[in-house]
Amino acid sequence: MIAALANPHRFMAFSRWAAPILGALAAILICAGLALGFAAPPDYQQGETVRIMFIHVPAAWAAMIAYGCLGIASFSYLVFRHALADAAAKAAAPLGAAFTLMALVTGSFWGRPMWGAWWVWDARLTSVLALFLLFVGYIALRAAIDDEAKAARAAAILALVGLINLPIIKFSVDWWNTLHQGESIFRAGGPTLAPVYLAPLALAGFGYIAAFASLWLVRTRAEVWRRRSANLALQAATR
Amino acid sequence: MTTAGLLFRRELALAWGGGGGPLMALAFLAAVTAALPLTAGPSPAGLAGVAGGATFVSLALSSLLSLDRLFERDLEDGSLELLALGPLPLEGVAAVKCAAQWTATGAPLALAAPIAAVALGAPILAAPIIAAVSALGGLAFAFVGGAGAAVALASRRGGVLIAVIVLPLLIPPMIFGGAAIWAFTEKLPWTTSFALLAAYSLAALGLAPFAMAAACKNALS
Amino acid sequence: MITALRLRSVGVRRGERLLFDGLDLDLGGGDAVALVGPNGSGKTSLLRVVAGFIAPLCGAVTFEDGKGPVEPAEARRADCHMVGHQDGLKAGRTAREELRFWSLWTGSDGRGVAAAAERLGVERILDLEVRQLSAGQRRRVALARLIAAPRSLWLLDEALAPLDAACRALFGEIMTGHLQAGGLILAAAHDPLPTPARRLELGA
Repeated sequence: MIAALANPHRFMAFSRWAAPILGALAAILICAGLALGFAAPPDYQQGETVRIMFIHVPAAWAAMIAYGCLGIASFSYLVFRHALADAAAKAAAPLGAAFTLMALVTGSFWGRPMWGAWWVWDARLTSVLALFLLFVGYIALRAAIDDEAKAARAAAILALVGLINLPIIKFSVDWWNTLHQGESIFRAGGPTLAPVYLAPLALAGFGYIAAFASLWLVRTRAEVWRRRSANLALQAATR
Repeated sequence: MTTAGLLFRRELALAWGGGGGPLMALAFLAAVTAALPLTAGPSPAGLAGVAGGATFVSLALSSLLSLDRLFERDLEDGSLELLALGPLPLEGVAAVKCAAQWTATGAPLALAAPIAAVALGAPILAAPIIAAVSALGGLAFAFVGGAGAAVALASRRGGVLIAVIVLPLLIPPMIFGGAAIWAFTEKLPWTTSFALLAAYSLAALGLAPFAMAAACKNALS
Repeated sequence: MITALRLRSVGVRRGERLLFDGLDLDLGGGDAVALVGPNGSGKTSLLRVVAGFIAPLCGAVTFEDGKGPVEPAEARRADCHMVGHQDGLKAGRTAREELRFWSLWTGSDGRGVAAAAERLGVERILDLEVRQLSAGQRRRVALARLIAAPRSLWLLDEALAPLDAACRALFGEIMTGHLQAGGLILAAAHDPLPTPARRLELGA
């Protein structure tokens, strides 16, 4: 299916109906997830603030999936030289950064009542911060190179280097967290999940992923249009 | 003399030439080390707890300093093209450059790091582990940093861009190296951390040259 | 030992512009081709395609030695000299050190350095630092590289621009000597080359 989508015309036709449908699906799933989440009983430890989990955790998942998509698109661009793959990569990065930022901010709000501090250096938040820096680096690199083709390739190489490093970074941060466990006041990985929270979390999770997919399709379409119009403008100017 | 050796000697001579490469990095290390007590207060108890970690951070930052010189100068004056038309493949050229970078600045920094750490209050017995960790970590910083420098080549706007790209990638060696130093000073088992650092540095040594070569070819195109 | 360079249906695109397409070119031992055309017609790009820095949009570049085709990467790294707009010399080093390094790098044993410098008339400035040399002197040091380490294919991109008429004539003799020994020259130049050469016009 991916190979079929690589054709720009087919992609544009596909995304035309796929994006709104995914968007609607995302809205439904997120609303359902949040409704269930608010209907669920408050956590015995965290009280009402546990609800932020349904906003924070799926955002972190979406952020990681976004980087995975960035990596796959970059790999496709480097190996198959598809311009569409590069457009998709370029479109995914700011989206990923936004989801990561959302995860960081909501994580901070979630942590405040629980841990008494606006920021804690636990495994998940630190990993998400590292992910945020990876996105920022990618976006900065693309913006700093004037030649679009060179920018695309350089950024693709960086994305792959980041993708390979990502599990290592995650592992090292988790490992670092367990190492300094004795000094922290909270358990690694956050509180264990009561089953009553699983359903809303899963719903919200799928909803966020659908939202990412929808927004990604929209941004990629916009990038394709931008390139087409730039191309036309150049051709008109040099005629 | 092999071609790799020839290039290595030249890179070393260039690094030590114009403006004393290691001296600048050492001066930077001293300045950044001094910044900690200046900003956080000179109380020995407060400093001793973070001495090892702060030194390692300063080391990472010092190794970022000369990164934009690694490939940028050669791209500017046309040497990179000539190096690409030589007997050594670009992967080899990149590896030799990073190795020379580490020898010229990373190794002197590794020798100076224990001094900085002790100045901040680390126990003198930790000096060997700090030197070893700094040497190994410096290797990772040089090669991963080289990948960042190569990728940022086409931008002709090195410096901070390279730092932004490279710093998140340096999180694992910083964690492993810092943990080794910390565990040693706390009399806890440190060998696992050290082994993880060694594994990371060796992996960087083996894999980064491919990314560097691809990025250099991109910049040359 | 490259004896032939063949380009078949080569097309090059830079950014969004198609510079040229369907270009055919054959160079044999002793052949020199001058690339002519207005600025932006693709002379530098063609040279860089042959050198392997730019991938062509279409078409193929093949190298042959006496026995048959040679792997292009091998041919470029072992038997190709390039002199572009820049000299490739480090400002803080002496001309001798730079010339020696590049001749060693391109496969010679370093003994040709003195003779090459003398041929190009730079033997007296060899021990000066590169930053102390004029543009013409730097270019002559860069060109000395071509004879200090012999390689079959010379790719020259406006290589003679900073030289005065006397130096051009001198280098013309050097180029003729190279061709007579079976070398190949592909050169981009606004002015006529100081050695007999076929013309290939780009951007026509």
